[in-house]
Amino acid sequence: MSLEIHDISKAFGGFRALDGVRLTIETGSLFGIIGPNGAGKSTLFSVVSGFARADEGQIRLDGQSLDSLSPPARARAGMVRTFQVPREFRHLTVRENLMAAAPKQTGESLLGLFFRPGRVREEEGAIAERVNQTIRFLRLSAVADQPSGKLSGGQKKLLELGRALMVEPRLILLDEPFAGVNPVLIGEIMERIIELNMRGIGFVIIEHDLEALTRLVPQLAVMDRGKVLAQGAPQAVLDDPLVREAYLGGVS
Amino acid sequence: MEAYFIAIGIIALIYVILSLGLTLQYGLTGLINFGHVGFFAIGAYTSALLALKGVPLVLSFAAAAALAGLAAWPIGLVSLRLRDDYFAIVTLGFSEVVRIVITSERWLTNGVQGVPGIPRLYDSLGGSVAQLAVLVTVLAVTLVGVWIIRRIAGSPFGRLIEAIRDNEEAVQALGKDPARFKIQVLVVGAALAGIAGAFYAHYITYIVPDQFIPLVTFYVWMAIIMGGVGRVSGAIVGTAILMLFLEGSRFLRDIVPGVSEVDMASVRIGAVGLLLVLFIMYRPQGLMGDYTKR
Repeated sequence: MSLEIHDISKAFGGFRALDGVRLTIETGSLFGIIGPNGAGKSTLFSVVSGFARADEGQIRLDGQSLDSLSPPARARAGMVRTFQVPREFRHLTVRENLMAAAPKQTGESLLGLFFRPGRVREEEGAIAERVNQTIRFLRLSAVADQPSGKLSGGQKKLLELGRALMVEPRLILLDEPFAGVNPVLIGEIMERIIELNMRGIGFVIIEHDLEALTRLVPQLAVMDRGKVLAQGAPQAVLDDPLVREAYLGGVS
Repeated sequence: MEAYFIAIGIIALIYVILSLGLTLQYGLTGLINFGHVGFFAIGAYTSALLALKGVPLVLSFAAAAALAGLAAWPIGLVSLRLRDDYFAIVTLGFSEVVRIVITSERWLTNGVQGVPGIPRLYDSLGGSVAQLAVLVTVLAVTLVGVWIIRRIAGSPFGRLIEAIRDNEEAVQALGKDPARFKIQVLVVGAALAGIAGAFYAHYITYIVPDQFIPLVTFYVWMAIIMGGVGRVSGAIVGTAILMLFLEGSRFLRDIVPGVSEVDMASVRIGAVGLLLVLFIMYRPQGLMGDYTKR
């Protein structure tokens, strides 16, 4: 069971953002991707989640080809992404954000809404219960009924994680979950990720914060200029001379 | 005087039905529809032409709603590819195409001469009773429209279209297809505009292409902006303010001496424009407050 990224290339004009990226990530694992600015990490997420089309290469999730699927279809296939800059539904409350993320709602079809009101009410009750659990799990109770646009950066990151959880995915792609988050909340987010991973949800995490990431993941890959330089356990990867050259600027 | 107020009431309610559609499309979903009058025109001509062929009014009204809704379908497909401002231009273009087609296809619409003698609703009742019956009917339809929009706004469907308004890509990332929702919203809003058009045609009894200029669209926009974007109460209150100014300025002529009917028409539009500017400057959230102030 794995996410297979097979020889993915993507160019913007003459700039090769991704250059034959090849990665195999166990679906239930915690996997990190690091690399300097412009290494192609976010582009890789966009291609994997279907928001950008790859020029070449294939992507499979647990054996199923994702190449012809739209972004929503990829999410429904069990892989949900978050965004580097949080994209909360800012005029909706935290609770409403999470409720909107619940899959397969009868009340999201006009026919269901007007002709099966009983069923809609029943589902809303069940979703509200799941949302309450998620809010408690993420320690967002104090802000549950506030417009999400008013949350702090770290709370927005937690909300995005919560929304992803509502979809019940097997794999979550987190784009810089610790960027702009205060150290206390970083610890909180890490704990939640570890708890979720123990429940069987896999994570692929892009991160700038090298130190935070090496504490969290047993496996990581280093990217630079659209290529994967090395892959493996954090210490081994960081000791790789190619990586030291690219990421740490050759400082020894 | 009573007849005058009934007449104003009918026109105001027709505008309320129009603004309900736009409240759904723009206020809740964020779709900038600058072509609302196109669906209004399709409804007006559909019902008028069918009624003149002897089709019962109930069916001609249903056809007006259906055809206007159907016309929104391709616009919805276009909206999957276009973002905000481009979509606005496409819809504005669409409504102008509708008007030009109506003007040119003389065999069907009688071109610039227009369609006269459109049967009135409740004509057999005669005079003021018929007028009152029309008012009650438009009011009933408006209330059903209000009920539908409120029902949608407070539902999981409404929650999702507001999510689309706030961030479409995030909706996609959660496994939901914004396109499906946008198309439905456009079709429902257009069908409402189609019904409004049918009421208009059968009330005025004579329609020409020049009644369906983009200004009508922008009157509806002014109404929802002044009332409060994204609120049903805003659509109603905004339309009331608009009507008060459009009609109220008529009486100005009786007070201010030496102003002709033609001058007055310009003054009226100027007054409404000034009102809109004042609203944007001093109360941008509208009288009832918009969706950002919940």
